[in-house]
Amino acid sequence: MRRARTWLPGLLLVTPSIVAIGVFVYGMLGWNFQLAMTDKHDQVSEGQFVGLQNFIDIWDQPRWHLSVNHTIVFTVVFVLGALLLGWLLAFLMEKGIKGEGTFRAIYLFPMAISFVATGIVWRWLMNSGTGERAVGLNRLFDWLGLPQWQWFRDQDWGMAAMALPAIWQMSGYVMALFLAGFRGVPEELREAARVDGCTEWGVYRHVVLPMLRPVTLSALIILGHISLKVFDLIVAVSGKQIITDVPAVFMWVAVFDSNDPAKGATIASYIVVSVAIFVIPYLIWSVRAERRTVRPESGSLRGQRGPSERDHEQERRS
Amino acid sequence: MTAVGGRRAKPLLWTRFGVLLLFGVIFLIPIYVLLVTSFKPLTEADPGQAWNLPQTWTAEAWRVAWEKLAPGLWNSVLLAVPGSLLSCALGSMNGYVLSKWRFPGADVLFTLFLFGMFIPYQGVMIPLVQLLVWLNEATGLQGVFYGGIPGLVLAHVVYGIPICTLIFRNYYVTIPDELIEASRVDGAGLLRTYWSIVLPVSGPAFAVVIIWQFTSLWNDFLFAVFLTGPQSWPTTVMLNNIAGAQATPYSQQMAAAILASIPTMVIYVLLGRFFMRGLMAGALKG
Amino acid sequence: MRRWLTAVSITMVSVLGLAACGGGGGGQATQSPAAGGGGKQQVEVFSWWTGPGEADGLAEMRKIFEQQNPNYTFFDAAVAGGSGDKAKALLQSKLQASQPPDTFQGHAGAELQGYIKAGNLEDLTFLYDELKLKDVFPAQLVEQISVEGKIYSVPVNIHRSNVLWFNPSVLKEAGVAAAPKTIDEFVAALEKVKAKGKIPLSIGSEWTVTHLLESVLLGSLGTDAYNALFKPGANWNSPEVTKALESFAKIMSYAGDPQDDWQPAAKQVADGQAAFNVMGDWAYGYFHNPPEGGLGKKSKTDFDWAPAPGTEGTYLWLSDSFTLPKGAKNREGAIAWLKVAASKEGQDAFNPKKGSIPARKDADQALYTDYLADALKDWSSDKLAGSIQHGVAVNQPWLAAINEQVGLFIGSKDVKALQQGLADAATANAQ
Repeated sequence: MRRARTWLPGLLLVTPSIVAIGVFVYGMLGWNFQLAMTDKHDQVSEGQFVGLQNFIDIWDQPRWHLSVNHTIVFTVVFVLGALLLGWLLAFLMEKGIKGEGTFRAIYLFPMAISFVATGIVWRWLMNSGTGERAVGLNRLFDWLGLPQWQWFRDQDWGMAAMALPAIWQMSGYVMALFLAGFRGVPEELREAARVDGCTEWGVYRHVVLPMLRPVTLSALIILGHISLKVFDLIVAVSGKQIITDVPAVFMWVAVFDSNDPAKGATIASYIVVSVAIFVIPYLIWSVRAERRTVRPESGSLRGQRGPSERDHEQERRS
Repeated sequence: MTAVGGRRAKPLLWTRFGVLLLFGVIFLIPIYVLLVTSFKPLTEADPGQAWNLPQTWTAEAWRVAWEKLAPGLWNSVLLAVPGSLLSCALGSMNGYVLSKWRFPGADVLFTLFLFGMFIPYQGVMIPLVQLLVWLNEATGLQGVFYGGIPGLVLAHVVYGIPICTLIFRNYYVTIPDELIEASRVDGAGLLRTYWSIVLPVSGPAFAVVIIWQFTSLWNDFLFAVFLTGPQSWPTTVMLNNIAGAQATPYSQQMAAAILASIPTMVIYVLLGRFFMRGLMAGALKG
Repeated sequence: MRRWLTAVSITMVSVLGLAACGGGGGGQATQSPAAGGGGKQQVEVFSWWTGPGEADGLAEMRKIFEQQNPNYTFFDAAVAGGSGDKAKALLQSKLQASQPPDTFQGHAGAELQGYIKAGNLEDLTFLYDELKLKDVFPAQLVEQISVEGKIYSVPVNIHRSNVLWFNPSVLKEAGVAAAPKTIDEFVAALEKVKAKGKIPLSIGSEWTVTHLLESVLLGSLGTDAYNALFKPGANWNSPEVTKALESFAKIMSYAGDPQDDWQPAAKQVADGQAAFNVMGDWAYGYFHNPPEGGLGKKSKTDFDWAPAPGTEGTYLWLSDSFTLPKGAKNREGAIAWLKVAASKEGQDAFNPKKGSIPARKDADQALYTDYLADALKDWSSDKLAGSIQHGVAVNQPWLAAINEQVGLFIGSKDVKALQQGLADAATANAQ
């Protein structure tokens, strides 16, 4: 342990952030969780402690089941879709291509636009009219000879359609992550593999892809938490309709329409917990992995290496 | 950029190009519809004619949209510029300390910070409003924390700390420790080292954070509508008032949507290269 | 806790010093309304009137207000979004933080119950007495907006919910002679239209289906039984309600693809794609007004209207009203605004623009033509029933529960589950 004089200034420098996070994140989370454990089901009652009753009761509501199912469908389609598309785009661009800058700009720009702005277009595009009344994408599909469907108004797979605007918005970002990952693979490594007799495909299979695993994981985490909290997109495209209900929208309705703070807090807690279930292990894992590779002797600042080397080492271990 | 082409056969290159182009076109579909509709007169601005070019081009919708949106655009500038700069400052300092000037428990703290990225904001809105109102009263600055842009900046900066810290920290990890150590040996303290060694090489990380925060501050609706009042409403709330109002002509809604998006798109075009460079340098790698 | 918060706030302020400097002019632009400068006091009026027509009507009332009260300035705090969704959420957070606007818009009736229970609103009986408002509003209206003998809002306008809009040429083509008068006739007409390949009934997003439900309930149960549904202990499990909901399911089976909102659904009727649409009378302005906020269609030829099937003689009403929140910064200013909102002059300035009729009985009839003339006539003679979807008959939590059940029904088509859900909602929320 180093002397306090060396680390104290650093601690002081981050103190404002610690206080802010303490109040705004953990204070609010605590407030929320405490509220979720009361029976404050309207604005005026005091709210008695009821333990986890609200967390159990909510499973009796058909709407809750629906919104959980919707989230699962949305998450699977959105996360897989954005990962695959982002990966594909990065893969196609990896070796450099004419107009790469333009392509990158086109794929990235949806990230720049809010759904308050594009919701109106997506509503048009995903209009459910078919046949003679087809407009938007259905009209386009009609011209192209593709099958038409109800988009987000489809009773079973509506949420898969709802994932399209989200994929549109985030796959460019995933592309950028993967492209950075691809290009972070040192050429010498590829060359070495080729010398060892690997085919071009073998180079990808055994050298490049393993090194992309950390990038894939962080993309997965970022996409996953966006997906579990999704709100703006749904409200912008469909409003508060049951057919596209998700927990975040349900919570909004519970708090502001049903005037049921405890129920809203319960749903919020479930969202936080669902995010936490896969984020906390990831955070702990990544901090630990880093500690093992980056700082062999704890407390020392020495022996730290560049990120690509570090990733490589992680890969070799795993 | 390392362009290692040439190894592959021409047809394959064209296939790649073709697929990229196809996706490029698909990505631009919503923008095409936004653009052509915004130039249509009222009678043509209809979902049924979404794909058609305007028969008569008119910029009337743009004029009206500009009139309605202008005050919000200025408020958004006042919000997004100081907000993203502050986020950079805090994130950079946090990242520096958590990667190069560790204190006991720094890793635990970092993990606790990161978890802040994941809370659903709708759930904290009511206590947040109450806290800001209380700050108004405690400081005697009416209409600053609650009802004004500073309060909105505060909320965004605070909830932006996790992601900004993450980006800077992951970036700073790549700075060789020898540099820091050498500076220390020379007798430089925490801040001098930051100023002379770390800050000069932080460009790419700043670009990533500025892009990220500017975009989320500019595009945020939820905090904005709850924490500000009509005089301090940013663009998104004004846009919602245009697009959400019953029976506003579609051409106006779409023109307003484009207008509201121009600043963030410009940032992406201007800083896009640095964004990529920052990502490649390890920012956001997790 | 307090001391700790102070410590936090000091840290925050130091952080924010930077932001405030960076913010520049922001400081001035964000003064709270009451502190508005120059001897003139601001009155913050909170509404969701931002669209064409409604915003114009509000501007007209504002003119009158500022003329009559030279020492006040009107401060427009309108937030848009489907019949006040976002505005209501924002309002709640303001009220809970004890930062009420000076006056806010709300649907007259049960929608205000939550605010009343939470002690957010002042009793306006004194204003009704002072202005003798009980004499100029219909007695049944006063009765339906009173809560335990007190009145908490001033209705500015009246809209009608139970209007059946139809396209005369589509009806003619399908061989439907006249607008259906009963639910059975309605179903028969829908069937005829279906046979011709047109959309029998156009619908919008889920709330428009709840809107349809209230007209079907009223048409099937009759006015008294409908009104009784919202009394404590009402029986939503009765066979009559079952029958009404079965009719509703039958009618819904003729519905076209759901549109984004009520306008595109109404437009399908105007464009001759669909035969019928049940929507409130704000649709009239949309059909009739010239482009820039309307479709510019000719009434009686391009589109026509009738009371929803089975509801003739009953006005299924809703009303926008203004309130006096407790703790308003400018209470006197708010009362001055309420006086304008209640006055004949104010209502006659507002309503022709908004496309609604005044709540007052002494309106200037010459100002209301075409559909509005019909509405004014019916308003003075019809029995009254309160709208569900638009906040008269049920409070907000109850409405949220009903909307949830209707949304689930659209997916499941299960009448039994719908009835059970509605009954549970009534038990949980009726008071």
